Amino acid sequence: MYKYDHYDQAMVDARVADFRDQTRRRIAGLMTDDQFKPLRLKNGLYLQLHAYMLRVAIPYGTLNSRQMRKLAHIARTYDRGYGHFTTRQNIQYNWIKLEQAPDILAELATVEMHAIQTSGESIRNVSADHYAGAAADEVIDPRPWAEMLRQMTTFMPEFSYLPRKFKICVIASDEDRAAMRWHDFGLRIVRNGAGEIGFEVYPGGGMGRTPFIAYKARDFLPANQIFSYLQAVLRVWNRHARRDNIHKQRMKILVHELGEEEFTRQVEETFQHVLTLGSDFPQAEYDRIAAYFEPPAFETGLSEEIDRSDPDFAVWVDQQVAEHKAPGYAIANVSLKPVGGIAGDISAEQMEVVADLAERYSFDELRASHAQNLVLPHVRKQDLYAVWQALVDAGLANANLDLVTDIIACPGLDYCSLANARSIPVAQRIAERFEDEARQKDIGELKIKISGCINACGHHHAGHIGILGVDRKGTENYQLLLGGSGDENTTQAKITGPGFDEAGIVDAVERAVEHYRVIREPGERFLDTYRRVGMDGFKEAIYG
Amino acid sequence: MAESGNPTPQAAGEANYLRFREDIPADEPAVSLDAFFEQPNAVSVRIEAGDDPERLIPHLARVRLVEVDFPKFRDGRGFSTARILREAGYTGEIKATGDVLVDLVYFMRRCGFDSFAPDVAIDRDVLEGALNRYPYVYQHAADDAVPIWQLRHPELANG
Repeated sequence: MYKYDHYDQAMVDARVADFRDQTRRRIAGLMTDDQFKPLRLKNGLYLQLHAYMLRVAIPYGTLNSRQMRKLAHIARTYDRGYGHFTTRQNIQYNWIKLEQAPDILAELATVEMHAIQTSGESIRNVSADHYAGAAADEVIDPRPWAEMLRQMTTFMPEFSYLPRKFKICVIASDEDRAAMRWHDFGLRIVRNGAGEIGFEVYPGGGMGRTPFIAYKARDFLPANQIFSYLQAVLRVWNRHARRDNIHKQRMKILVHELGEEEFTRQVEETFQHVLTLGSDFPQAEYDRIAAYFEPPAFETGLSEEIDRSDPDFAVWVDQQVAEHKAPGYAIANVSLKPVGGIAGDISAEQMEVVADLAERYSFDELRASHAQNLVLPHVRKQDLYAVWQALVDAGLANANLDLVTDIIACPGLDYCSLANARSIPVAQRIAERFEDEARQKDIGELKIKISGCINACGHHHAGHIGILGVDRKGTENYQLLLGGSGDENTTQAKITGPGFDEAGIVDAVERAVEHYRVIREPGERFLDTYRRVGMDGFKEAIYG
Repeated sequence: MAESGNPTPQAAGEANYLRFREDIPADEPAVSLDAFFEQPNAVSVRIEAGDDPERLIPHLARVRLVEVDFPKFRDGRGFSTARILREAGYTGEIKATGDVLVDLVYFMRRCGFDSFAPDVAIDRDVLEGALNRYPYVYQHAADDAVPIWQLRHPELANG
C-alpha cells in the first residue's frame, strides 16, 4: 500500500500545527465559535449532542496493522475504548475533548493518517471499492488513482470554500460494491478499444434530502486528464451553485437545475481551457504511486481446498468469503454487525485482534467497507479456519454479510446533533427479530439501511429496504422505503406510505420480508422480486 | 507581477489594507462591473460574488485594480474569480474585500490575490504563521509554487 514520502509527511505535520494553532486561538477566545467552526470541520471535528466527534479518514478504505493499532490506541486513550466505522470509509470517535484533538491528529500523523477534509464544505475522503487489489473482476487496482486524487484534492486553493461537501468514489469493476453513482463525482476505470486506461465519469449524484443518481457525462476520459476534468467540474459548480440556501447547494442540485446536457456542456468548455494550463499530474507520478500498490507476493501452488468439517465455520465461509483474483487466496469479510450491537462499532481490543490477523494472514492489509464492515483482503484459503477461530474469540465471527441483519445505520439521535430520530435501536430491534440464522439464510441478500434524518448518512435511499426516521409532532416516526440500490443498477428507494412508530416499523419490515418469501420466484433476491412486481403488492402486505 | 514577500500597510484610512505588491496602488475608487463598461477611463473595478468575471476579460488591458468581494467567508466564488483573471493574463492588483479571515489568506494568495482589505483587521502575527505553515503544495495554482509531484520528478523540469 501507499507510503508517505517526506513531502506527504510534511503536509500532514503542517496540518497538525495549523490546527493546533487554530484550537489555541479558539480556546484563548481569539476566535468566535462561528469562525472556528469551518476550520475545525475541515479537520473532521464536529460538535455533537454530548461531545466533540472526530472523523478520521481511511483513504480509499485501505489501512495496515500499524494504523489499526493506532486507531485502537486513540480509542483507549482519548475516547471510551471504541470507534465507529462509517458509511464512507472513515472512522469516528464520539467522545473527544477539544483540547486533545490536536494531540490525536499528531498521533495519527505518526502512522500516515489524518482527518483532513473529512467534513465541512470540502472535497472529502476519496472512497473506493473495498475489494480493490483483490477482486477477481477488476480492470486494474483503482487505488493508485484514488491516492493521486487524494493528493490532487488536498488543500486545493480555488476550492477552499465550496458550496457544499463533495464526495468522490473510484471503482474498476462492472460490479459496483461502493455505491459509486451515489457520489458527487463517480469514476469507473475502463479500458478502451486500444487498451488504454480511462474513466467513465458520473457527476451529480448524492443522497441527502434531495437524492439524485449520478449520470454518465463521459464514456471515456483519458486517465491522464482527470485532474483537469475534475477542476472543470468543481469550477462550474463553485461559480454557479446557489449560495443562499445550504440545502440547495450540493452539485446534484445545480446539475438538476441546469440539466445534464447543459452541465456537461459547461464542464467540457471549461475543461478545454483548464487542459491548456498543464496542471495534470504526469505518467511518472502515476507510476511512482502505482508501484506501492503492486500485488503482494502471492504464493503459487496453494490448495483451493477449504476444510469445511466444522459446520459453524462452513456457515461463516459461505457468507463472509469472496472470490480472490489469486489462486489459493480468498477475501474474508469481518462483520461489525452483531445482533443487538451497534453497526460499525468496534472496541479497541477487537481492533487489535483484526490488526494481528491482517499482519499474520493478509499481507498486513485491511479494508473498511462503506457497509460498515472490515475486510481481510488477501487470506490463504488454508488459513481461513485459523482466522475464523480468532474472530470467534473476539466476537467478530458473525456470518451475516449482505443478509437482513447486516444493517447500515447512522449514529442517529443517540449521538448526532442533526438527527430527528434514533437509528441504532431500530436496527437492533430488526436484527433481533430476524436473529434466527436459518431464517436469515432463507431470506438471502437483503440490504436494510437506516437514517435518523433526511441527510441520509444511513443511505436509506439506496436500501433494498430503507428506513428514514423523522420527527412527527415531537415523536419519532419511521418511514419505510423499498427498492433502492447502490449497485451497478443503481435505483432510488420509494416510500411505501404512512410512517410507523418504533415497534410498528419492525413489524412492517417483517411483513414486507414475509410477503417477499411468499411471492418470490426461484433464485430471486428481495430486490429482484420488488423490481418484478413493483410496490402495490408490498403495500397491501405492509398496510393490510 | 510585482511581488513582495511582506505586506505593507498602505494609505491612511485603510488600516486593514494588506498589500503584497510594490507598485503604486490605483487611487481611484473601484466601480461596479456595469459602471466600468460605461466609463472608458475607469481603471478600478469591483466584482461582486455573483458577477461573471469573464465579462471583464476583453477589457483587462486598462484595468489596474480588481476588487473581489467576499460577502461572507463561506462564499468561495471569489477564489474562482481570481483564478479566471490570472489565467486570462491579468497582472494588476486583485484585492479581496469583505469577510476575509486570516485562515483564508494563504489560499487566496495561491489563487492570485495580492492585496486584502478585510472588514475586520487581521492579526499580523497570526497571518505570518498562516502564510508560512505549509512547506509544499500538491497542485499548480496562480502563484509560482512548484507542486510536490514536480519536486518528485526533477527529470521532468521544463519538459
